[in-house]
Amino acid sequence: MFDLERWQEIFDTLSKNKLRTFLTGLSVASGIFILVILLGFSTGIQNGVKSQFQKDATNLVSIWAGTTTKEYKGLNPGRRIQLKNDDFNAVSNKYADNIEHESSFYTIWGGLVNYKNESGNYRIQGILPGNQFIENADVSQGRFINISDIDNVKKVAVIGNKVAEDLFKGEDPIDKYITLYGISFKVVGVFYDPGGERDESKVFLPLPTAQLAFNGADNIRNMKFTLKMADDFDQAVAESQAVSAAIENEIKLRQTVAPDDTNAVRVYNTLEEARKIYSLVDTIAAVFWFVGIGTIIAGVVGVGNIMLIIVKERTKEIGIRKALGAQPWSIVGMILQESVFVTMFSGLFGLILGLGLLELVGPLIESDFIKYPQVDFNTAIATVFILVFAGALAGFIPAYRAAKIRPIVALRDE
Amino acid sequence: MIEIKDLHKSYHMGSNSLHVLKGINFNVKEGELVSIMGSSGSGKSTLLNILGMLDEADSGSYTLGNVPIKNLNEKIAANYRNKFLGFIFQSFNLINYKSALDNVALPLYYQGVKRKERADKAMHYLEKVGLAEWSHHLPSELSGGQKQRVAIARALASDPKVLLADEPTGALDTKTSYEVMDLIQGINDEGKTILIVTHEPDIAQMTKRIVNLKDGLIIDDSKVEQIRASAHV
Repeated sequence: MFDLERWQEIFDTLSKNKLRTFLTGLSVASGIFILVILLGFSTGIQNGVKSQFQKDATNLVSIWAGTTTKEYKGLNPGRRIQLKNDDFNAVSNKYADNIEHESSFYTIWGGLVNYKNESGNYRIQGILPGNQFIENADVSQGRFINISDIDNVKKVAVIGNKVAEDLFKGEDPIDKYITLYGISFKVVGVFYDPGGERDESKVFLPLPTAQLAFNGADNIRNMKFTLKMADDFDQAVAESQAVSAAIENEIKLRQTVAPDDTNAVRVYNTLEEARKIYSLVDTIAAVFWFVGIGTIIAGVVGVGNIMLIIVKERTKEIGIRKALGAQPWSIVGMILQESVFVTMFSGLFGLILGLGLLELVGPLIESDFIKYPQVDFNTAIATVFILVFAGALAGFIPAYRAAKIRPIVALRDE
Repeated sequence: MIEIKDLHKSYHMGSNSLHVLKGINFNVKEGELVSIMGSSGSGKSTLLNILGMLDEADSGSYTLGNVPIKNLNEKIAANYRNKFLGFIFQSFNLINYKSALDNVALPLYYQGVKRKERADKAMHYLEKVGLAEWSHHLPSELSGGQKQRVAIARALASDPKVLLADEPTGALDTKTSYEVMDLIQGINDEGKTILIVTHEPDIAQMTKRIVNLKDGLIIDDSKVEQIRASAHV
């Protein structure tokens, strides 16, 4: 392998058979190149899809309070549990690492909303800015409730599209004032919701404003959290269940509720959306792997084919070399070393080219569904080695046979 | 140099068996220039292939320079071919992507000679066959006679005990044939043992001894008055 003379002989052969060397190299390099690009875009699409759907509440935990049904620590059953801001803050602080978006809610059902002569009953909710992502609300005009609204207890409102249509009749609602039970709020934004009309029949206020304006004190009706996406669905399920159980216990502890009282504090987590997205991502990955493996197989077959043809073409040369005293294994070794060298070199070339292109073009791609196309370097290197190995194997069999042919047969004139 | 006793060889093709050599007894001394003649199918090429260890006999003994050639595996056969024998083929069998010099140097590569020394030795033999100026040409750029001379230089390069030539002039015109024979005679004059298989009587007359084969048996083995090829060139 490290015989300098052998290498000289091989380089000599390769450089004097440029076309053959080039074609072999090309097929290997292009195979690897295509594979790298494919895998890169697969990752890109997975990243894109994930980031697109991360906007939705994919992994939502909601907490509601009810009445206790069990006696606990001397407290009677039938007690109504009221969630407080402190409950929300405690959970929010304690699970900050797991939580992505969060909001607590103070809700007035069927609140009367007026603008000039128009009026209607809508759900009025005091919320935190995180609700935009929990509801997957799409702000079409103006802005959503922000942290400054919360901090400064501003009297502003963000209204659903249905509310805007009903009350404003095509007029621009931004910076107009609506009245809720006689209190004026400035409309700062309009939102759409994929949930449809029902979800667009809402008026959002900053939580502290709503609590203050409608005698809510520090009461909240419920709270919602979205959890960060784990890498795979099983992990997401496990994490979500662990976190929601922990939150439930935390609140039960704070509210002095029996740990097995399911009615007093209710925690739901929805993983349905998450399941869909994970299966979508898995499907994309599977499709690309399928195509990728197909590409590798095509590459292997291609390399194998070329090796077969090369050996066939060189049968006479092999006969000559044997007549001149070449050992059978030196023939096999020569052909293998050549093929491994060419496939390895061109495989790495294709790899570098593919990685380079991804690196170069990746940041330029402006599509919501393709983000950061990249390839796991180890996968790519492994692929190169598979091709090299396949090339070597495909070369070995005919080379071994050719080396076995008696020179008299190999030299026979056709 | 070469001793052959009761050599048999048959080829099997399906159920048919073709008995090609039916007991050949044959000796060659050092420095001889022998031609093996016979019509096609007489077994002359088979004999040469067995002598060249390119093929193996079914029975009989073969001794080459006091080395019994018997039960050869591929490795030993390759080694012996490399050390003891030089081949000259009718179709030259040069490696077409290698220059004349590299072709001549190839047996030396398999002897493990270093690159520099290989080139020097190969050049020496190319000079000997008068092709020093063509050393960097590819076989495709050479005429038939030149190709055969490169092949002769290659056969000589490993300094073998015996040169085996299978119809060395078969692909050449008369004039070129005589030129090649002149070269072969010159090499023989220097003491090299050479065996030539040919079916051309004029070529055979240029050797020192003619062995006639017919149907796998030697029917005639006689020394002849050698005609110098240079007289015809």
